[in-house]
Amino acid sequence: MDFELSAAQLRFRDEVRQFLAGLPPQTSAAVHDTGTLHSWDVHRAMAERGWLKAAWPVEQGGQGRDPFEMATLNEEFARAGIPIEGWLIAELVAKTLQIVGTQQQRHEVIPAILGGEILLCLGYSEPDSGSDVAAARTRATRDGDGWVIDGQKMFTTMAHEASYVFLLARTNPDVPKHRGLTMFLVPLDADGVQVRPVHTLGGERTNATFYDRVRVPDSARVGEVDGGWDVMMVALAFERQPAAAGHLLHLLGRALDWARTAGPDGPAPIERPEVRACLARAYTDLEVSRLMGYRMTWLTSRDVLPHTEGSLAKLFSSEALMRASASLVDVVGADALLTGHGTGAPADGWIEHEFRHSVVTTIYAGTSEIQRGIIAERHLGLPRATARRAGS
Amino acid sequence: MMDFALSSEQLDLRAGLTALFADHSTPARVRAAEPLGFDPALWAVLGGFGFPHLAGSRDGAPARLADLAVAAQDAGACLASAPLVETLVATRLLDRLGAAAGDDLVTFSPRPAVAGVARTVPWAAVADRVIACDGDRILIAGPGHDVERPKQTLAGLAIGHADLTGATVLAEGPAAVSAFAEARADWQVLTAAALAGVAAAGLHLGVEYAKTRHQFGQPIGAFQALAHQLADAAALVDGAQLLVQEAAWAGDTGSPRRHGLAAMAAAFAGRAARQATDRGLHAHGGYGYTLEYDIQLYFRRAKALSLLSGGESAAVDAVVALALADTDSDSDHDTGRR
Repeated sequence: MDFELSAAQLRFRDEVRQFLAGLPPQTSAAVHDTGTLHSWDVHRAMAERGWLKAAWPVEQGGQGRDPFEMATLNEEFARAGIPIEGWLIAELVAKTLQIVGTQQQRHEVIPAILGGEILLCLGYSEPDSGSDVAAARTRATRDGDGWVIDGQKMFTTMAHEASYVFLLARTNPDVPKHRGLTMFLVPLDADGVQVRPVHTLGGERTNATFYDRVRVPDSARVGEVDGGWDVMMVALAFERQPAAAGHLLHLLGRALDWARTAGPDGPAPIERPEVRACLARAYTDLEVSRLMGYRMTWLTSRDVLPHTEGSLAKLFSSEALMRASASLVDVVGADALLTGHGTGAPADGWIEHEFRHSVVTTIYAGTSEIQRGIIAERHLGLPRATARRAGS
Repeated sequence: MMDFALSSEQLDLRAGLTALFADHSTPARVRAAEPLGFDPALWAVLGGFGFPHLAGSRDGAPARLADLAVAAQDAGACLASAPLVETLVATRLLDRLGAAAGDDLVTFSPRPAVAGVARTVPWAAVADRVIACDGDRILIAGPGHDVERPKQTLAGLAIGHADLTGATVLAEGPAAVSAFAEARADWQVLTAAALAGVAAAGLHLGVEYAKTRHQFGQPIGAFQALAHQLADAAALVDGAQLLVQEAAWAGDTGSPRRHGLAAMAAAFAGRAARQATDRGLHAHGGYGYTLEYDIQLYFRRAKALSLLSGGESAAVDAVVALALADTDSDSDHDTGRR
């Protein structure tokens, strides 16, 4: 049992911290204010340092960083409030292509991702299929050597900055839903693709994307025809590291700064018992969230794919984030009605911002209900939940 | 390098104790030891196993808190009617103060004495001697000291109020204050471990019941309304176990975070044990409310240990201090938030 990073891991962490300290002040607020949780400036600076391929083996031009170093990198960006969602999405597709992509995809798309030239977005959810993602209705139909894609995707975050959408499409409507899906890498500048913004409670811009007779060659296919579900499973495994622990880390940093600073009309909020109780509970939940995250990293470092450990971490940390931000807003009081960064709002608006943003962390990447279902069945061994039909 | 695996010694200890408790701390034995909550035969068997002396140092090296936490968790999981945690803490404290531990039963008061009396001390009703902190002195009372035994208690634990009149001074001044702080952190970690054991076992009882009890033509565990409550409790149980391991490690390595983590672990494990046993009991429906089912034993023990530790409100100051110290040490690296 050991709970300390190695000297090499700590050195890398310090390197990341130095980089973050060198960013212009207000970078975090400026990136958040655009609504797009990606900064090309930060992205290119990371590319220059080789960090976009830090996890890649040295033989493939990477830095061969271990899973703990990568977790540390993520954690430090989160602590500093610098969003890197663009990279995280692109990287998980790159990792998936490395395993299931064609030689052409591995040689053309992966280097462009790791070089910081392009971003990708995920085309899983649809207007009528969210948690039941295998019910996707966007169709891909054979057309000579290629395919024609028709349909609509929801929550294609980053589509307006991305070059490709990693798209789940139905290729066979006559088999059980999981067995009739195929994955494609669809260029977003293809004829018939439309991207429309969708604005969110947390200030983030996501998108709805429309596909009207979009033609792609067969080389755009990822994995086998009707084998899309297997490809999804690979991609989902790379998506399991929950982001909520990082948001909680950032929130607590901002909240502690706020709590320690005397206000215009009284002593520092941290003197108030309800503020201390709220901070203590949130900080405890943060410690637990980080431990759950580090345990996933540890499993990954031993080549074990986290399963229920991922669901436990995702469920706990996202619910903890919602609880913490909601109770912090309460102890800030009426002044939490003042919002925005650089506007004089308490904690520079971050507590109120997280109150709105935290909501989505219990929804995306598998809702809390999906995670509870996985934990109940696979961790506790409870019987599979069955839908009760009328009259039964 | 981070490592979440138990050592082979810890796995051996766990295997040995699991077998021991399966024979000597069955639900029937736990019930037979009530209302006092002390099972002398079990305590004798644990003595044969090496308790509490194995908490002392060997060849100058102190016993590892992480190993003791494994034992405390196993004892918690079977509601052992024996003073494991407090005697381990007392042994470690006597060891730290250079005082010899005897073969008698020495318990530890986690809270300081008030007006010369250590109140609501676990196992004081059966202990030969009681260690307590009074101001800046660490005292040891007994044998033959006055102990008031409450008429009734929530969950055994042989609670007593120990009169410290005439007690021997073990240490005083700043050295005593810091030794007591270390002992109290040890107690918080081991009590958290016991609570994590109570939590895991209480949840398990609820889960097993939900698998076999049928209503509306299916096992009740197939209803999401119930299953999801148990899943939430499972996340708390898992978190409590991780936090206990980290807090024990921090104690063993002398980490400056150890006191904050110990308080945090006790508070969180208390929350987990309450939630797990409460939902585990609820899964039993009306039967959970009867004394015939074992879940009520877990429900009571979870609350009793939480109350002894003071719950979440008792941890607030230590956790806030930890949060501030962590934040300051992180900003020493001159990162700040951008």
